[in-house]
Amino acid sequence: MNRNAIRAAFPLTVPVMAGYVVLGMGFGILLESKGFGFWWAGLMSLTIYAGSMQYVAVDLLSAGASLLSAALMTLILNARHLFYGLSMLEEYRPIRGLRKAYLIHGLTDETYSLVCSAKPPEGVSPAAFYFWISLLDQCYWLAGSVIGGLLGQVIPFDTTGIDFAMTALFVVIFTEQWLTRKNHLSALIGVGVSLLSLLAFGPDRFLIPAMAGIALLLTVFRKRLGEEEAKA
Amino acid sequence: MNTLHSLALVAVITAVTLLTRLLPFLLFGGKREPPRLILELGRALPCAVMGMLVIYCLRSIDLTAAPFGAPEAIAVAVCVGLHIWRRSTLLSIAGSTAVYMLLVQAVF
Repeated sequence: MNRNAIRAAFPLTVPVMAGYVVLGMGFGILLESKGFGFWWAGLMSLTIYAGSMQYVAVDLLSAGASLLSAALMTLILNARHLFYGLSMLEEYRPIRGLRKAYLIHGLTDETYSLVCSAKPPEGVSPAAFYFWISLLDQCYWLAGSVIGGLLGQVIPFDTTGIDFAMTALFVVIFTEQWLTRKNHLSALIGVGVSLLSLLAFGPDRFLIPAMAGIALLLTVFRKRLGEEEAKA
Repeated sequence: MNTLHSLALVAVITAVTLLTRLLPFLLFGGKREPPRLILELGRALPCAVMGMLVIYCLRSIDLTAAPFGAPEAIAVAVCVGLHIWRRSTLLSIAGSTAVYMLLVQAVF
């Protein structure tokens, strides 16, 4: 039965494999360039296991950020996961125990995009099907990040500027969201409030006021955000 | 660098990440409907947060001294351009990072 589940799950995960191995390698190389060897990359990919958060964590670790600011950053960046959980409530409801715990731990952006769209084929237990999708995805991410950490030690060229990969990742996600949505109000709120906060509070202190401002404005304008989204 | 503090950071980030994934199952694992405000914010928040993160990444640029943020501006433009052109995440990231590395190492 397990073999059937793997056979059904694996082909679906191939596109994620390509993305995770490469992005994971980028993360591992970046982390290594800040002085954290491959085992740090491996540890973080096992425990945190959240792509964009791990890129931000490179920054937090190398700057020795406070635990409180790290917690707030994680909360605001990963708050979107709340909504992945909400939409998987029904599918995951019958699943119990450790398997369910792992499914919840493994609910990354990419894994969510697979489990929310793919349906288990006839004769394959949904629990095993979702489990293998989640596990395979994490294996790709883990492998990529450890390979990146190892490569980072032996890379023969100057890696100055490689941290732009993190900026690029967020620019890409932002651009992709901009292109696929008709309503740009929330994107503009995010950029505008952050810029204002940066000017007012400076680079070391702007993040928390920016988060508060974004949450406030989104709440105030939620009607308009919803209406236009419905039209789009 | 303080290893213990780094480990504590990893632990905190892990705990909060897990919390964001677990909370819906704890709160609404029964039959209760999530409140509308939560659902509305859920649709709008990701775009705003990504905008904030772009600014976060660029926060340390000094616009008052050479090269006035030019490498960042060029690389971000390359990234957006590549992405609109091919819509390939990996190409956009690899291409713009390569351009940025070239700019800071060889040009500016």
